[in-house]
Amino acid sequence: MTSSILFARMEAHPSDSNTLSRYEATGGYAGLRKALTMTPAEVVAEVKASNIRGRGGAGFPTGVKWGFLPPDIRPRYLVVNADESEPGTFKDRQLLERDPHQLVEGIIISAYALGVNQAFVYVRGEYPRPARRLQRAVDEARAAGFLGVNVLGSGLDVEITVHLGAGAYICGEETALLNSLEGKRGEPRIKPPFPAIAGLYAKPTIVNNVETLSNVPWMIVNGGAAYDAIGPEGSRGTRLFSLSGHVRRPGNYEIVMGMTWRDLIYGLGGGIRGDKALKCWIPGGASATWFVPSLHLDEPVTIDDAGRLGSMLGSGAVVVMDETTNVVAAALSVVRFFAHESCGQCTPCREGASWLERILDRILRGDGRPADMDLLLDVCDNISPGLRWPPAMTTICPLGPSTVSPITSIMRHFRDEVAAMIPGAVTADV
Amino acid sequence: MSDRVTITIDGKAVEVPAGQLLIKAAEEAGTYIPRFCWHPHMKPVGMCRMCLIEVEGPRGRLLTTSCTMPVAEGMVIHTRSDVVKKAQEGVLEFLLINHPLDCPVCDRGGECPLQDQTLSHGPGESRFVEEKRHFTKPIPINDLVFLDRERCILCARCTRFSDEISGDPLIEFIDRGNHTQVNTFPDEPFASYFSGNTVQICPVGALTARPYRFRARPWDLEAVESTCGGCSVGCRVSIQASQNEVVRLLGVDVATTNQGWLCDKGRFGFEYLRAPGRLTTPLVRGEDGELREATWNEALDRAAAGLQQVIADKGPDGVAGIGGARGTNEEAYAFGKFLRSVVGTGNVDARVGDAVDAALLVGGTGKIDDLERAKTILVWAPDLKEELPVLHLRVRRAATALGSTLIVIHPRATGLDPDADHVVHYRPGEGFELLDRLRAATGDLAAVAGALQSGPVVAIVGRTGLAESADLATAVAAFAASLPDATVMPVSRRGNLYGALDMGLAPTLLPGRASVSDATARSALADAWGTAVPDHGRDTDGILAGLSDGSIGALVLVGADPAADHPDRDLATRAFLRPQGGVPRRGEGGGATEPGPFVVSFDLFLNDSNRRADVVLAVDGFSEVEGTTTNLEGRVQKANRIVPGPGLSRSLVEALGDLADRLGRSLGGGTDAMAKEIAAVAPAYAGITWDALDWGRGRDGMLAALPAGAARPLPAAPVPTTPPADGMALHLARVLYDEGTMTIAGPAFAPLVKAPILHVHPADAARIGLAEGATAAVAGPASTADLPWIADDSLAPGTVYLPFNLGVSVGAPSSVTVTPGTGGVSK
Repeated sequence: MTSSILFARMEAHPSDSNTLSRYEATGGYAGLRKALTMTPAEVVAEVKASNIRGRGGAGFPTGVKWGFLPPDIRPRYLVVNADESEPGTFKDRQLLERDPHQLVEGIIISAYALGVNQAFVYVRGEYPRPARRLQRAVDEARAAGFLGVNVLGSGLDVEITVHLGAGAYICGEETALLNSLEGKRGEPRIKPPFPAIAGLYAKPTIVNNVETLSNVPWMIVNGGAAYDAIGPEGSRGTRLFSLSGHVRRPGNYEIVMGMTWRDLIYGLGGGIRGDKALKCWIPGGASATWFVPSLHLDEPVTIDDAGRLGSMLGSGAVVVMDETTNVVAAALSVVRFFAHESCGQCTPCREGASWLERILDRILRGDGRPADMDLLLDVCDNISPGLRWPPAMTTICPLGPSTVSPITSIMRHFRDEVAAMIPGAVTADV
Repeated sequence: MSDRVTITIDGKAVEVPAGQLLIKAAEEAGTYIPRFCWHPHMKPVGMCRMCLIEVEGPRGRLLTTSCTMPVAEGMVIHTRSDVVKKAQEGVLEFLLINHPLDCPVCDRGGECPLQDQTLSHGPGESRFVEEKRHFTKPIPINDLVFLDRERCILCARCTRFSDEISGDPLIEFIDRGNHTQVNTFPDEPFASYFSGNTVQICPVGALTARPYRFRARPWDLEAVESTCGGCSVGCRVSIQASQNEVVRLLGVDVATTNQGWLCDKGRFGFEYLRAPGRLTTPLVRGEDGELREATWNEALDRAAAGLQQVIADKGPDGVAGIGGARGTNEEAYAFGKFLRSVVGTGNVDARVGDAVDAALLVGGTGKIDDLERAKTILVWAPDLKEELPVLHLRVRRAATALGSTLIVIHPRATGLDPDADHVVHYRPGEGFELLDRLRAATGDLAAVAGALQSGPVVAIVGRTGLAESADLATAVAAFAASLPDATVMPVSRRGNLYGALDMGLAPTLLPGRASVSDATARSALADAWGTAVPDHGRDTDGILAGLSDGSIGALVLVGADPAADHPDRDLATRAFLRPQGGVPRRGEGGGATEPGPFVVSFDLFLNDSNRRADVVLAVDGFSEVEGTTTNLEGRVQKANRIVPGPGLSRSLVEALGDLADRLGRSLGGGTDAMAKEIAAVAPAYAGITWDALDWGRGRDGMLAALPAGAARPLPAAPVPTTPPADGMALHLARVLYDEGTMTIAGPAFAPLVKAPILHVHPADAARIGLAEGATAAVAGPASTADLPWIADDSLAPGTVYLPFNLGVSVGAPSSVTVTPGTGGVSK
């Protein structure tokens, strides 16, 4: 059961949903026209009323974030995070390729609401086609008077600059993104100050995800309250999930949250390929701890429930693993990614992630030592003290603790399997 | 008080300055928090994570870096909880997993923060059994510094220093994650004048200095604090020696001058002390016309006899002295007293025709610290980066970190231009006209003039080049003094020039900044000395002219080399020209039979000037002599001794004393006696005793005070010079690494001294017809030179820039002729 806010147009018009003509013919830019008849404060109020939580991974309430901007400092910037690099996530790609005007309109409305004249979209360098489609949409919008000087005669000046990244996952972290946009090394900044106070070029900046802003036109046309009426409390609106792994029907799905994981994996996803047994799944991107059928299959897919269960919906990436999966290999794959993507600034992540990768690699090759079982967890503890959720950090940014997630997951749910790969390891639980 | 807050550290309440970083507040309150990447003079980055502590908050304790957190009222922190200790052990274990076990062969061993903190805060063992990461090691990143990337803990202190402090961002992180390394840019070495500072602040042995590598272990070193004599900033240094040889200098963190930084020329400029050319015995010129070794007695006898002969022939006015600006105040005072009291001549000058008006330099100036409070800074002076590098750093800091508006006025691009808010490049010779337009505040100078009205203003004023009239700096100083809340700092480069002038080493000055023309001052000095004090004297230009025309027959040089350092090299060389070998002759073209001037030199090396001397006396220098020096703020600082001079070299004061005795008049004692006399005779120096400097406020030096109630005496308004009518205006200026005797004596700087290149504005080059790959011929009135040229559009059209003392000289005329040269340039 899917409601369709974000995917409606592309599902109805698969061949040209990205063009301005189709966009306008299907109600496009009506939201902008309506927003321009409201005051900026009224537009902000609608977004607040929607109770939408950021779709990039952190799930922070967007309306609250917008309220952090100091009233009297100019200029302000709006930066759209299209760096989508969390492994398993491919929803923003579909939005950029198939309905870029939806995002463009969302950006313009948001810029109007926030008093922004210059917006940037930071697209990961590995997405040249989505970036091209987005740029074409921006150019079409400008030619049609939706962008540029005196938009639709309203007095609003807005420009959108599309900027390509160069292959660094860490540039999806908002302050690393801002550094990269400024031409510096893509390394996260110390927070505070937060970007809303001092962001791009040290000016107040709002950073929002592609999916988040793509919802704004609908919210203005139908009202924020209408968005708030969809889905359970704390998980309002529709949400895109990227389903991948050992399922029959991988792909992007727009759903209303509140269904169970069983519904998502076996209903929408068509169940496990070859009818094999489900072993485990990552509920929200590579940074999330794993879920297992015995504990989580019938839990609701909501932001707060995932948190209650010690994980997160994150970026909406669900990676399903069946019984053929070697969990150590799977964990190594994730840890290797994080070690490769670590920016290198802070000691625990730079050294610890690489160390964890090497230990897992040794175990997988049959060179594991009994002490490695405790060593893995202690190294993790030195990156994320207490191995808690939400994680504590000895690091500058959450990439370090993300590296810990797959390891605590396999040690918590598959400890015997890990021990079996280590000659002489004791399998009794501690 | 509202500017202090109360915080609780490990259960103890302390009061700390509001807004201070927690790590610093804790340290000052007695709790040391371990750290690597934090440095008190740079912005915190929170990268190493060693300084993690727990702060109590609404959601429990938060683990956070103390270097990025300012204190707040009521803050409660824990620096020794179990969580903190585990975090510290964890960070150290992480740092050590890729760190090579190089301690036995690493310079840092014994003074290594990683060693120390591992011992105090680290785990007992490492559990890492994998292969460490490897890099080719070490690699030279410039001629003075090696980089070992395996040892590097990626604290970014070196890259941040180069970006934030020195403005030479030529080293940076490349790559990412565990493969991150510090490196230089392709084909661009770490060509910074300040690279040695990265060696000092590197917390491990990743950066090592070529002159110091493998030379000593820190526990073998003796150290003494002293003052660098390389330029007149007077940076505070620690001289470290092993087995009676100086092996390195470190910067000492004093707030008043250098804040712990040193330029590379000062830091590594000690190798000359034991270089092969260093004089170890006196030399006298033999019958065959060549210099040969002699005993002190023979050399002093010969010197005395020569001087007495000239005094007999021409009177005391026939004797002159140049120098005294490189040593200590006590040495300078002794030199001045020797000439005025023992010999009876007033011909004395510590400048070598290359400074500004003596009256402009004495009498107190601004403090370097005034830059911290300046709203506007005007620099109309030599390129500070080339001549006074650490002052350049202080100005740069004010402009980039403290928000001062910086205005730079110079004939070409300087090291400060990239950080300046306003830059004016003018044609040498047109400086007075520029000053008039600035006063009028019109046209393209309106913005600059407007900015100058925002006080407090600090104006750093000096002679931008050696072909420029010294009067321009005087006029600029007068203009600057009229600006709102203005502090004027006249600058001149030579190490103890300010001290020398304070000791009276100028024909117009007596010790204590009194004027020679002041009869009361002369009389008081005469009473103190028990001899008459001359009421007239010549400056260096006059002395050199007198040597040429025979009115001066004897020259005493103390650490001076006019033949190389005087801008008008022809004048200087003519003054004591001697043909090779044979009986000394004076005058060009031969045929003359009068003997040339009698020259006695007190120095550490043979140089262009004393190669022609009759007697060369080997004396002690920096780190071998105890005394005081005075920097460009008028700050008197202690210079200390840690090694003996080599061979038979002696203290200058004692040697002068022996010479004085032979001339029939006592100098009054050794260095101690000179120090006491200075305090008595120069009221500004009263109370500035060695005890006060060593045991009192010693490290910060003591400012020599202006006479009570006196404003800084500014010289009278000078007569403007007219710009050169035709030809190219000559900008003749120093570079940091030139062919100075002490600079090239040791191996460290030899590769850094560049061949001279003439800079020509591209429009002029096109007009003249200079060809790329060919040379340019520069002609002054008395000499010409042929050298490679380069286009430089920072010059005002009609100007050429020739670097001074790089082996090419056309004298120092205000204008030269430039034509295509005859030589090709091989690549």
